[in-house]
Amino acid sequence: MRSKTLLGLSALAVVAAACAPNASQSALEPAGPYAQEPHNLFVFVFWVAAAIFVLVEGMLLVFAIRYRHRKDRTRIPAQVHGNTRLEVAWTILPTLILAGVAVPTVATIWDLAAEPEGDVLEVNVLGHQWWWEFDYPEQGIVTANELHIPTGRPVFLTLCAAGFGYGEEDPSAPGPPAPSDCQPGPPEGLPPAGIGASVVHSFWVPELAGTQDVVPGQTNHLTIQADEPGVYEGQCKEFCGLSHAYMKHVVVAHTPEDFDRWVADQQADAAVPEPGTDAVAGAAIFVNQCTQCHAIEGLQDENGEPVAGNNGGPNLTHLMSRECFRGCTLPLNDGNLRAWLEDPREIEAGSFMPDYGLSPEELDQMVAFLNTLE
Amino acid sequence: MATVSVPAERPKGVLRRPSATSGFWAWFTTVDHKKIGILYGITAFAFFLIGGTEALLIRVQLARPDQEILNPAVYNEIFTMHGVTMVFLVVMPLSAAFFNYLLPLMIGARDVAFPRLNAFSYWAFLFAGIFIYSSWFLGGAPNGGWFGYAPNSVVDPTRGMTFYAIGLLIAGIASTVSAFNLAVTIINMRAPGMTLFRMPVFVWMGLVVQMLLAFSLPVITIGLVELLFDRLYGTHFFDPATGGNPVLWQHLFWLFGHPEVYILILPAMGIVSEILPVFSRKPLFGYQFVVFSGIAIGFIGFGVWAHHMFAVGLGPVANTAFGVSTMIIAIPTGVKIFNWMGTMWNGDLRFTTPMLFAVGFIAMFVIGGLSGVTHAIVPSDYQQTDTYYIVAHFHYVLFGGAILGLFGGMYYWWPKVFGRMLSETVGKVVFWLMLIGFNLTFGPMHVLGLQGMPRRIQSYPDSLGLSFWNLVSTIGAFTIAVSVLIFLVSAIASFRRPKEMVADPWDARTIEWLTSSPPPEHNFDEIPVVHSLDELWHRKYAETEGGRVVPVAAGGSGEPAHDPADGHEADGHGGGHGIHLPGPSYFPLIAALGLPVLGYGLMFGIGYVIAGLVITLAGVFGWILEPSAE
Repeated sequence: MRSKTLLGLSALAVVAAACAPNASQSALEPAGPYAQEPHNLFVFVFWVAAAIFVLVEGMLLVFAIRYRHRKDRTRIPAQVHGNTRLEVAWTILPTLILAGVAVPTVATIWDLAAEPEGDVLEVNVLGHQWWWEFDYPEQGIVTANELHIPTGRPVFLTLCAAGFGYGEEDPSAPGPPAPSDCQPGPPEGLPPAGIGASVVHSFWVPELAGTQDVVPGQTNHLTIQADEPGVYEGQCKEFCGLSHAYMKHVVVAHTPEDFDRWVADQQADAAVPEPGTDAVAGAAIFVNQCTQCHAIEGLQDENGEPVAGNNGGPNLTHLMSRECFRGCTLPLNDGNLRAWLEDPREIEAGSFMPDYGLSPEELDQMVAFLNTLE
Repeated sequence: MATVSVPAERPKGVLRRPSATSGFWAWFTTVDHKKIGILYGITAFAFFLIGGTEALLIRVQLARPDQEILNPAVYNEIFTMHGVTMVFLVVMPLSAAFFNYLLPLMIGARDVAFPRLNAFSYWAFLFAGIFIYSSWFLGGAPNGGWFGYAPNSVVDPTRGMTFYAIGLLIAGIASTVSAFNLAVTIINMRAPGMTLFRMPVFVWMGLVVQMLLAFSLPVITIGLVELLFDRLYGTHFFDPATGGNPVLWQHLFWLFGHPEVYILILPAMGIVSEILPVFSRKPLFGYQFVVFSGIAIGFIGFGVWAHHMFAVGLGPVANTAFGVSTMIIAIPTGVKIFNWMGTMWNGDLRFTTPMLFAVGFIAMFVIGGLSGVTHAIVPSDYQQTDTYYIVAHFHYVLFGGAILGLFGGMYYWWPKVFGRMLSETVGKVVFWLMLIGFNLTFGPMHVLGLQGMPRRIQSYPDSLGLSFWNLVSTIGAFTIAVSVLIFLVSAIASFRRPKEMVADPWDARTIEWLTSSPPPEHNFDEIPVVHSLDELWHRKYAETEGGRVVPVAAGGSGEPAHDPADGHEADGHGGGHGIHLPGPSYFPLIAALGLPVLGYGLMFGIGYVIAGLVITLAGVFGWILEPSAE
């Protein structure tokens, strides 16, 4: 009975896994070579395990039925104490099976650890509390929560934990642009970028690759590649504090041509708001209040002087080219933006962006300004 | 309770020696391993109900997508406390309950080696649990996960992780003391003739577990002290900005944490190894193999910790080594499974409630073991790590394994401990409900994990397609809750039955069934002399020359002829009069009471630190000056 229930359940589980609806973050649907390899191993081991499962649970079931106590039975069973040959056999047999599994496992470990060669796109990934920053050092692009990549080309990620070490006295102090490597300690005596704490995160886009942790003080790497254009969802896997559940991101894979277009768009400076619009007032608020943590390339103050920002918070140069914010868990639209500006901590528990107490009018102006950042 | 009443009973410096061994107050002063075992069991079960309630809250929150029943701050506290509770305050002490009660009985001893130290262990554990739970009212419960990864566990502004570090340090003191106590008991206090290889498997597993505790607890202690110092005194053990290293915590935690997994499962394996032979009416198949595989698991258990860290970036060499060592530990585990099935083979299986739980244990543990092997496949683990697939895996091991085994043990030894049976009919209902509920709860989590549901998330969007199985899982969790409640009612109801239990209701094989149910305070009127493994069985049954097993006539030749050379104790006659037993004492409780006070002091002021030290030192001095028996 019991084992039948079990068999039924696990069969159900397999079927369910195979045809789950909308599984857009599923390890069972690899969409690139770096996800395919672990998946092949998993499928292989799954069937080995399934065979052992059926064998063992089946035997247990047969024993439970066949040797159950019968009322008319009075004879006490023979007191068998063991059988050395059998026991040696069932020690050696699993060893052989495991050795068979170990060989492709070890081979794949080394395959996946190898740095990709040839035409490779390099992106630095910084885990913040609670969003992802993506820096393209060659292209000079800094963006957030959406990682855009070309199809058919390996993308070599360098992963770092951004934010302050817990010895920092003043976590609100402005920092320089994020360091592109993860050397411990701030470069040149400056605090590292990021306004949250520097904690462990884990970068994971199951359809494109397995997990790589992001560890403070340690430079980690991961290679991903998408074969087809599409949107692949990912999520921080390592518990990283209050809003860990809201630290998602997407990888958007473009054809190489579309990707080049995206790069060109992102490299452009932000448009200067047209005089006389609400956006001008919004820009003024931004220059006053927001540049400690946010940067907008091409931002000017009232006198047309360029204003440098910081990348402690997400870079907003092309904010409205993105679909989502708050760790890519909220659609980016006027209503959500306004709600966020009104009280960030209402929208994201523990957010490092304070409530600036903007009036309704100022909120309108800010939303108007942010809408110009396409 | 005890914390309030005891100081009131202290006249100046000196305590009147308590003498009562029965009644309410005797529970606070007892040094009887059986009473202490019962205390462990009741306390652990109370925490089981609390930890289970936390599990239900988690499942309620995750029943539907995008729910906001618990906000992230509370959710993080709840899942952390669920893990901490179930590991440190439920499964470990519930195993300790069995060890305390049964080890001396199974090896034919009158008590553990250090009875007052045993009482101290219990009180320290109880106060650790109360200390950790008091955090809810004193500045926030632990919220960094039971694994407490630094730096997140350091930077968190609430007091939660300080409570976690101090609470686990106190619990660690309790476990360390108890580990040495029980190990010494097993090694030194066996009855005449009870050689190591005549010890029941449960005793063997007890010995292995005490060794694991003795060697793994120092590691977590170092980690916890460093965490505490980072949090309270501005050290930077885990801060890379000043030369620390967050991965250090992970190594320290898992170098303890993985042996801990075997600390949690080996007792249940021992219980199952006792239940299966009794209800199959056959000896355990390949006793030596089972014992040695248990020892092997203990050893190899220290060499697999980094399989919790495959995604950390330790490099391919480390990942290969730990992947392979993890595969190797599957071999002795598999041996045990096959030997248990060999025990059932050609037996006369009586499916009593304990037997159902034991067989259920095997069936569920196989699933947990197989999913465990998929984690050893390192690249596959890159996908599964920190997802619900892992949650499914370790619940199949720790619930389907440890909890089912421990429930089997409760049903099996209940008549021995309380002199009354638990209802067999209700027991079967409890088993089937629990098994079905368990599979409904944790089976779907395999699927959820593979579909991309990370652990420790307070909410998930509907678009990920995770909603259906999460709902099923929640329904399963409530099914388990119903089964536990039925068990609780049945357990309380059992005390309304008359206390008239025979010594050996199950036709068992080991010597704890030789003495009355419940056993007298001195355990055995006469210390049994042991001639073989399964001593009791051999006193009841004999084999004819043709290999047939026949009962020997009661009171006849079944009792092995007493060889005067065995030198059985003569002073045991007459209902235990004249048997030297340690007297009850207040001091273990007092010594333990100082520890949480000192712990509060680290957060709330030096005054409490001094008070805690004074209380503990007073307890220790009183203890030393008090003769062990009068």
